[in-house]
Amino acid sequence: MADYLLSFMTFFPLLGMLVVLFIPRENGALLKSTALVVTLITFVLSLPLAFDDVFTVSGGMHYREFYEWINIGNYFQMNYNIGVDGISLWLVMLTTFIMPIAVLSTWNAVDKNIKGFMALLLLLETGMLGAFISLDLFLFYIFWELMLIPMYFLIGIWGGKNRIYAAVKFFIYTAVGSLLMLVAIIFVYYYAIQSGAPMNGFGIQEFYRLAIPSGAQYWLFLAFGFSFAIKVPMFPLHTWLPDAHTEAPTAGSVILAAVLLKMGTYGYVRFAMPLFPEALQTFIPMLATLSVIGIIYGSLVAMMQEDVKKLVAYSSVAHLGFVMLGIFAMNMQGMAGGMLQMINHGVSTGALFLIVGFIYERRHTRLISEFGGLAHKMPIFATVFLIITFSSIGLPGTNGFVGEFLALMGAFESGLRWYAVVATSGVIFAAVYMLWMYQRVMFGKITNPANENLSDLSAREIVIMLPLILFVFWIGVYPNTFFEKMNPAMEQLLNQMESRQVAVVEQVEQPVMAKYLDIK
Amino acid sequence: MISVYHYMILAAILFAIGTFGVLTRKNTIVIFMCIELMLNSVNLTFIALSRHLGNMDGQIFVFFVMTVAAAEAAVGLALIIAFYRNKESIDVDDFNLLKW
Amino acid sequence: MYNNLWLIPFFPLVGSIINGLLGKKIKNEKVIGSIGTLAIFASFLVACQNFFGLLGSEQKVFQETVASWMTIGNLQVDWGFLLDPLSAVMIMVVTGVGSLIHLYSIGYMHGEVGFYRFFSYLNLFCFSMLMLVLGNNALVMFIGWEGVGLCSYLLIGYYFEKKSAGDAAKKAFVVNRIGDFGFLCGLLTLFWALGSKGVWTLNFVEISENAHLLQSGGLLVTVVTLCFFLGATGKSAQIPLYTWLPDAMEGPTPVSALIHAATMVTAGVYMIGRMNILFAMSPTTMMVVAIVGAATAIFAASIGFAQNDIKRVLAYSTVSQLGYMFLAMGVGAFTAGIFHLMTHAFFKACLFLGSGSVIHGMHHGYHHAHLHDDPQDMRNMGGLAKKMPITYWTFLLSTIAIAGVPLFSAFFSKDEILWWAFGSTRGHWGLWLVGVIAAGMTAFYMFRCVSMTFWGPQKTDPKAKDHIPESPLTITIPLIILAFLAVVGGYVGVPAILGGANHIHHFFEPVFGHAQELYRIEAHGAHATEYALMAISVLVAFAGIGIAIYMYLKKPELPGKFTAAFSGLHRAVFNKWYIDELYDFLFVNPTKKIGTFLWRGFDVCVVDGVVNGTAWVVKGLSAGLRFTQSGFLHNYAAAMVVGVVVIVGYYVFG
Repeated sequence: MADYLLSFMTFFPLLGMLVVLFIPRENGALLKSTALVVTLITFVLSLPLAFDDVFTVSGGMHYREFYEWINIGNYFQMNYNIGVDGISLWLVMLTTFIMPIAVLSTWNAVDKNIKGFMALLLLLETGMLGAFISLDLFLFYIFWELMLIPMYFLIGIWGGKNRIYAAVKFFIYTAVGSLLMLVAIIFVYYYAIQSGAPMNGFGIQEFYRLAIPSGAQYWLFLAFGFSFAIKVPMFPLHTWLPDAHTEAPTAGSVILAAVLLKMGTYGYVRFAMPLFPEALQTFIPMLATLSVIGIIYGSLVAMMQEDVKKLVAYSSVAHLGFVMLGIFAMNMQGMAGGMLQMINHGVSTGALFLIVGFIYERRHTRLISEFGGLAHKMPIFATVFLIITFSSIGLPGTNGFVGEFLALMGAFESGLRWYAVVATSGVIFAAVYMLWMYQRVMFGKITNPANENLSDLSAREIVIMLPLILFVFWIGVYPNTFFEKMNPAMEQLLNQMESRQVAVVEQVEQPVMAKYLDIK
Repeated sequence: MISVYHYMILAAILFAIGTFGVLTRKNTIVIFMCIELMLNSVNLTFIALSRHLGNMDGQIFVFFVMTVAAAEAAVGLALIIAFYRNKESIDVDDFNLLKW
Repeated sequence: MYNNLWLIPFFPLVGSIINGLLGKKIKNEKVIGSIGTLAIFASFLVACQNFFGLLGSEQKVFQETVASWMTIGNLQVDWGFLLDPLSAVMIMVVTGVGSLIHLYSIGYMHGEVGFYRFFSYLNLFCFSMLMLVLGNNALVMFIGWEGVGLCSYLLIGYYFEKKSAGDAAKKAFVVNRIGDFGFLCGLLTLFWALGSKGVWTLNFVEISENAHLLQSGGLLVTVVTLCFFLGATGKSAQIPLYTWLPDAMEGPTPVSALIHAATMVTAGVYMIGRMNILFAMSPTTMMVVAIVGAATAIFAASIGFAQNDIKRVLAYSTVSQLGYMFLAMGVGAFTAGIFHLMTHAFFKACLFLGSGSVIHGMHHGYHHAHLHDDPQDMRNMGGLAKKMPITYWTFLLSTIAIAGVPLFSAFFSKDEILWWAFGSTRGHWGLWLVGVIAAGMTAFYMFRCVSMTFWGPQKTDPKAKDHIPESPLTITIPLIILAFLAVVGGYVGVPAILGGANHIHHFFEPVFGHAQELYRIEAHGAHATEYALMAISVLVAFAGIGIAIYMYLKKPELPGKFTAAFSGLHRAVFNKWYIDELYDFLFVNPTKKIGTFLWRGFDVCVVDGVVNGTAWVVKGLSAGLRFTQSGFLHNYAAAMVVGVVVIVGYYVFG
């Protein structure tokens, strides 16, 4: 069982999708419960990973599975090559954890074509899990594109008024990025074959050892970096995010925020940075600048939003700025902060989107000006909202603080000191926009009669929020649970990047293809 | 002595006539026949060159072309009839639905 | 020996969780109140045990690590606690005053809808504050540091249906966050600065031990301490970040007493005390601290002159007194600063609770008469001494104490500060002068407050006049205890020149002595000078009291004439020198404008404009190209022929 655990976990939702396809479309309750059960079982299947102590000991890949898949002699070979290490572990866990919550959140929210919705959700889960565990670049690319399609339909079919625009924007934006990445993947592969390096399909571990001339590295890094930067999203490639978030159904927003955005940051950590360490050094100042701009810019824009969901979307831009800054610090604290902040963002922002969904379901509007005084009618909701708000602000004791603090500390210790100082001021803005929004929605007297008869959270909604709140405090108080499994993998990654930088200098000859690109 | 060049020239003339017909005639059936003419000029080339080179491949191709031409005739004529039922015309200038 | 430190913050946390989760079901106010009060009282007992243990112990610094918090690379942060004289005094103040205020709240908050919520928050506050003072490293301190900010937010916004309360709560948190930004920057710089010398630590004890690695008076240590001081100005309401504290009076009165007078706002002072060695290393920062403290003391006192809301007077008084404490820290009188912190906690808590008792009574009267007048406006009071004798006497004693009348607590602490301001190696006579003037002003506005509230004829609406009762026992008992402490609290620090033993000075020796010795911070001067200074400050205090009584009791028409004569000045003072408006103009509105511009102007037009622009360009190009699709078969056929000719021609002739 353990030998096939990862595959089983990844493709179980796909299996579930097939089951869902055979359920009559009128039977909404059965469709929903099937999806819920499938996602829950997937979560249970992933649990052994979280409890496996092997990650605390070794930073390498575990639960490896390897099968040859497509093999056309020397020209093209790709393998089904998967595995998980301390870096992807928590993202896998986050995915399996957030999916049942997302399914539960659709209980009353989705009424048209439930069958299609659930099938796409399950397909999406397979895509996400696959992308996190792929150790073959080509396989990664397949899963990467696989995620795009269900999300496109989730936004385009079940979205709000402007859903077509948002869905197309999301799709084209991401597709442009991924095509660039595809070109780069193919280039690296043929470069590797021509240089005669021992390859194993598109296996990244072999790529890690590849010495790529610096001129080519810049272009390749740009292609990868661009693609991932769109997904993160980094300023100024972020404008698809507010649209996609605002239009997407609640479950879509939650998954988009919690998992899909992490693909970008994960892509940096797993592919763009370790594959092209030399180019990375050149681009770090630029990327760090963009991250910091993202933090300040996202906060300032979020502050003035009139739509709660858009506000949360822009706050994502700011939060992911912290993630990126931490990662680019290239030291243990920064990396750990960035990685943890990915999880935090998944938990906190996912929860915020759920919260927006709760009030949207009740009032069918998300304009801040429509609300006010909700705390009178919805005390439980007020408490939950408050906790999540402060977690998003990064109050010490909640998850947000640990991630932000470590990211800043890492940046401070590396050469990014001034970036860190500017980024730290982001904590002020975070308080401004979140509290201002909270005040306008929850505090004051009820002025809008439509708010008079709002009901407090139902049992289902409380059940959705409780696990998220648990993690808010767990990560805040005892983050070592997560760090102890991340640390070896991060250490290995950092060491490897360091040694690669040395190795790159003393490389051999440049093959033809690279010479074309070596513009220096 | 009639050489392979004569066949070639004849085929070229037939092809040119066919092309000219396709480009200038308005009646769909005439255009259709012009296409057949072009196909046959090609067939002629195939056979002539096959004989000249002593290779049977060309003649086999001709059978293919004839088969395809027959199928094409069946489909094409059916389309023309369907079109005529709609428009009461087989003038090719009325076939302009597929535009901006 | 000390393995139960963690219990001190633990009890209030438990209390908070119980009341927060189950309070709504319990409903019974007595039970809820008891849980809250007992939780903090239990902490008080543990604190006492530790405090007296420390008194009798030779070793003065104890650390206790409960668990590891974060372990990443060279960063190792524990959930650890530190007991030394400084934190021992602080926990005594927090739990002691805290217990009294919890008790008081049972009576004061009686009948409120969110009774359980209030006690839950109050306990949570105590938990945070205790984490702040007990944390053995800067990060645990920061938990408390922000935690008290959170509780302050929650408690100021307790009456959340009032817009002013919501605004004040948000303002408090955001302004505190600006300070926290400074704190974080300082923390990160310090960690890195010490780390680059080979000591990666955030532990206070280790920081003190290794501070000498940094260059004394160097840029780095100045930057670090200035950053920390920015944090302190936010939390302790000093210039330029003091504006949130007066607004914070929107919270219930016990909150004002506990958070905005006795404990939370003193966190900045405590923090400087905790890092005294770093501050001592940077004379520049010390000077800044002293100047800001003195400026705040006199500035806030001036605003206190013209306020009519009883709680606002006390709020500005708090800001002013905090200024004193910073003045003390800035001139190196660490002991005196903490001493004043302690006495201030007693008398200011008593004053706030007294004002709460008055408001409670006034509210009762207005409620009885079905009036909606402002129960906090002193112009509606007067002559309450007879109606509320216990409140009156306790309030009076505390006022005498704050005014600096000899033999009362603040006399000793304030005089110690003024003496250091004058005679310390880091002091200056200018600082002393400002301090003395502010002391006189304090005496004046506090007695103005007493005169308007308790003395003279009663100006309350006649209908409500006779229905202002003395408050119940749960309210008056804390008042009596606090008033007692306000009177005698100073005797732990009677200076040597008055024949005292100055116990507190010796008690704090292990914490502050090292830095003071190392960087030669001491107050020196002739005994005659000391006596003279003391006499001057006493005289100034009595002058302030005299003028207040004369103006507001003997000649009640005088203040009116004054305001008429200097109407511009009065308006400026009454409107708090328009600082809030200035900040709105300078920071708040521009930020909003920038935000709006970035969104509507930049994000939507420029960034998204480029994105949509790309789409439009593609669309435009294809709009042009689609005209090639004419739909005419002949055109397509001709194009094909031409294409074939061109391609074949290219290969044949090209």
